[in-house]
Amino acid sequence: MAADWIEILATPLDVTAAAKFVSHPSAGGIDLFLGTTRSEKSADGRELIALDYEAYAEMAKSQLGALAQRARQRWPIVQIAILHRIGRVAVGEPSVIVAVSTPHRAEAFEACRFVIDELKKDVAIWKKEIWSDGSGTWVNAG
Amino acid sequence: MRITVRFFAILKDRAGVDSTRLELTDGSRISDAMKLLETQFASIKPQLARAAVAINRNYEKTDSILQDGDELALLPPVSGG
Repeated sequence: MAADWIEILATPLDVTAAAKFVSHPSAGGIDLFLGTTRSEKSADGRELIALDYEAYAEMAKSQLGALAQRARQRWPIVQIAILHRIGRVAVGEPSVIVAVSTPHRAEAFEACRFVIDELKKDVAIWKKEIWSDGSGTWVNAG
Repeated sequence: MRITVRFFAILKDRAGVDSTRLELTDGSRISDAMKLLETQFASIKPQLARAAVAINRNYEKTDSILQDGDELALLPPVSGG
């Protein structure tokens, strides 16, 4: 079994590579979650064109590694990959991939959902909405 | 002692820099560093109140005592994924 694939990347995420990484003869189920930039319209008619992601990369990477370990303690994970992009992510493109393989499908679904839900709680990553008029707003910044 | 402070996301935008260095007396807590930052960077005061803090890449409470050479990170509410 190879080590977990945990990465913060400034380049487009490779979904095929993530699926390939978690493929394994002892895994009967692979669950692949992609978080993508969703098109939005502001109240005053501006279109969302992209999300700009920023990370405290050293901390986020170690948090994601610890999160993979927590998932491994709860489910019989064969392979796991957690990849998060930074920089500008246009509408429709993935900003995050969680790929999990397990012997049976139920565990793969549960573990994958656990990882993305926990990632959103405390991993040191932020996103800024970029609008068609060139303005930007940090999400959740108050 | 000297520590490095790193700002992220909205805090970085408001501060206008991504890091700074602080000179503190030995035994200072994170909360002491934050008070000093408020005077040096008045523009970050509202966001500082809502920020989480990390020392050397681990979340800490604001009453934790700092050590020379620490990297103190100020983290606005996260929004990854």
